[in-house]
Amino acid sequence: MHPAPSVIIFTSFSGLGFGLLLFLGLGFPPVTGWVAFVFYAIAYALAVGGLLASAFHLGNPQRALKAFTQWKTSWLSREAWLSVMALLVMAVYAFCAVFLDTRLTVIGWIGAALSLLTVYSTSMIYGQLKTVPRWNQPLTPVHLLTLSIAGGALLAGQMTVAAALLALAAAVQVAHWQVGDGALKASGTNLATATGLGTPGSIRAFEPPHTGTNYLLKEFVHVVGRKHSRKLRMIALTLGYGLPVVLLIIPGAGHVLGLLAVISHVAGLVTSRWLFFAEAEHVVGLYYGKRSA
Amino acid sequence: MTELPASTQKKLGLVIDLDTCVGCHACVISCKGWNTENYGAPLSDMDAYGADPSGTFLNRVHSYEITPAEGPAQLVHFPKSCLHCEDAPCVTVCPTGASYKRQEDGIVLVNESACIGCGLCAWACPYGARELDALEGVMKKCTLCVDRIYNENLPEEDRQPACVRTCPAGARHFGDLGDPDSDVSRLVAERGGMDLMPEQGTKPVNKYLPPRPKQDVSHDMDILAPFLEPVAEDPKGFLGWLDKALEKL
Ligand code: SF4
Ligand code: SF4
Ligand code: SF4
Repeated sequence: MHPAPSVIIFTSFSGLGFGLLLFLGLGFPPVTGWVAFVFYAIAYALAVGGLLASAFHLGNPQRALKAFTQWKTSWLSREAWLSVMALLVMAVYAFCAVFLDTRLTVIGWIGAALSLLTVYSTSMIYGQLKTVPRWNQPLTPVHLLTLSIAGGALLAGQMTVAAALLALAAAVQVAHWQVGDGALKASGTNLATATGLGTPGSIRAFEPPHTGTNYLLKEFVHVVGRKHSRKLRMIALTLGYGLPVVLLIIPGAGHVLGLLAVISHVAGLVTSRWLFFAEAEHVVGLYYGKRSA
Repeated sequence: MTELPASTQKKLGLVIDLDTCVGCHACVISCKGWNTENYGAPLSDMDAYGADPSGTFLNRVHSYEITPAEGPAQLVHFPKSCLHCEDAPCVTVCPTGASYKRQEDGIVLVNESACIGCGLCAWACPYGARELDALEGVMKKCTLCVDRIYNENLPEEDRQPACVRTCPAGARHFGDLGDPDSDVSRLVAERGGMDLMPEQGTKPVNKYLPPRPKQDVSHDMDILAPFLEPVAEDPKGFLGWLDKALEKL
C-alpha cells in the first residue's frame, strides 16, 4: 500500500493524542490548573491535528460531515463518531480540571473509554480488510492499541508504567510482523484463485492492461523491498521501543531524559507506521503479477 | 445506505468468455467513451499527451500465460470490471452511504454527490474494480451502464452495457444471473462459469467462462520442416569446389 504521509501522520499522532487523553481521563497524573492546561493542549493538538491531517487525503473534504451517517456498517464512520464524542467528553473534563480545579472522575472514565474505543475503531478500519491479509489479523487492533496506550503513558509521564507498556507493545509489534509475513500465503488468495485459471506456478502475468501507471498501481501495488524493510524494522524497534525503555528505567530519569524518550519514541512510531503501510500487500497486486505467492 | 440488501429481485451482471476474448480492448474504449459522456463525473485523463499519461478506466484487460503440465502454453485475455458482488465489501465500509447496492437489480453504484473520496471502498475491493478519479476526487466504478439498459430513448438493441454491445468477438454477455433460466445462467451452467477469488467471500455476480481445452497441435507444428531440409548434404561439382576453396581461405 502507498504510505501516504497524511495517513501516517493521522494514525500516529491521533493514536498518541488519544493515548494521552486515556491517562488524563483516568487521573494519571491527577493534574489541575495550568499544568493540566499544558497536558490537554498537547493531547488535543495531537488528536485533532492527526484527524485534520486525515482530511488531506480526501478527494472532497467539504462533504466530510456525511461520514457520520453510516455508523451501522462502517468502521470509518464509527471512528468519526467516537473521536468527536471522546474529544467532547474530555473537553468537559479538561475544562473543569483547568478552570474549576475539580476532576469529575466519572466523566474522566467515560472520556478515557471513548478515547480507547476511538483508537480501536481506527485499527479496525485496517483490520477489517480481507484484501490486505497482513492487516486482516486479530493482532492489528492489539498492535495499534498497545502502541497508543504505551505512547500515552510516556507522554503522561508515567515512567514505570510506560516502560512496561512499551516492552509489551514491542512484543506485539514483533508478533504482528511475524504473523503478517505469512499472512498473504495463509489467506489462500493467489493469481490462480484471482483468475480462476491454472494452478499457482503454471500461470504468469503476461501483459498488463495499460502501459502507464494508474490509481491502482500507485495506491495498492507498491510495497517496500524486503532488504529495506528489515533495516527499517530494526530502526523502528530501537527508536520506538528499546531506547525509550532504557531511558525510562535509568534511576532518577528527569525531564531531559523523558523528553529524549518521547522524541525517540515518536521517530520509531512513525517508522513503524510507515512500514505498516509500505509492507502491506493488497491482493489486487496479484492481477499485475506483483505478489509471488 | 451502506447496509447490503438481504436479497435483490434481480442479479444483473456480465458473463465473460475467456475462451473467446481476443484482447482487443474495444470494450475498454467503449466503456470509457460512454461513461465519460454520461452517468456522473467524466473519466478524466491526466497528462494525456505528455510523458506520463494516466487515467480513470472502469474496465481493464489483462493477459495471462498459462503453462499446462502437458501441451502448449496458452495466452488468455482477461477483462476485469466490477463484479457487482452480492456481499460487496466496498459498500459496507463506505462511511457516507455514497456506495450502495440496488435492491431491485443488484447493481452496485456510487452516489457521487455524497462521496468524500476517502478511497476506503477501493481498498476493500479485492479486484481493483474501483478507481478514484484524480480530477473530480470521487470514486468511479462500472455502473453496468445503468443509463443504457433501462434507457427507452435508445433503440432496443443498444439497451445493454456499452462493452457488451461493442465486443466484436461476442465474448461478453449481459443478463439476470438470479434467474436460472436466463441465457446467461444457462451459459454459466453449460460452460462451468466461475467466481474470481471465491475465498474472499464477496459472492461475485459476474461470472467467467474458462477457456476450452485446446487441441494438442504440437506434433503438427513443423509440417513445413520436411520441405526445408537441406537438399545436398555433401556438395559436389562447382559447389564442392567452392566449398573447399572457401575453407582454405
Ligand atoms: S467487484 Fe469490487 S467494487 Fe464491484 S461490488 Fe465487488 S467488491 Fe465492490
Ligand atoms: S471513496 Fe466515496 S464511495 Fe468510496 S468509501 Fe469513500 S465516500 Fe464511500
Ligand atoms: S471487446 Fe470483447 S474481445 Fe475485445 S477485449 Fe473486450 S471482451 Fe475481449
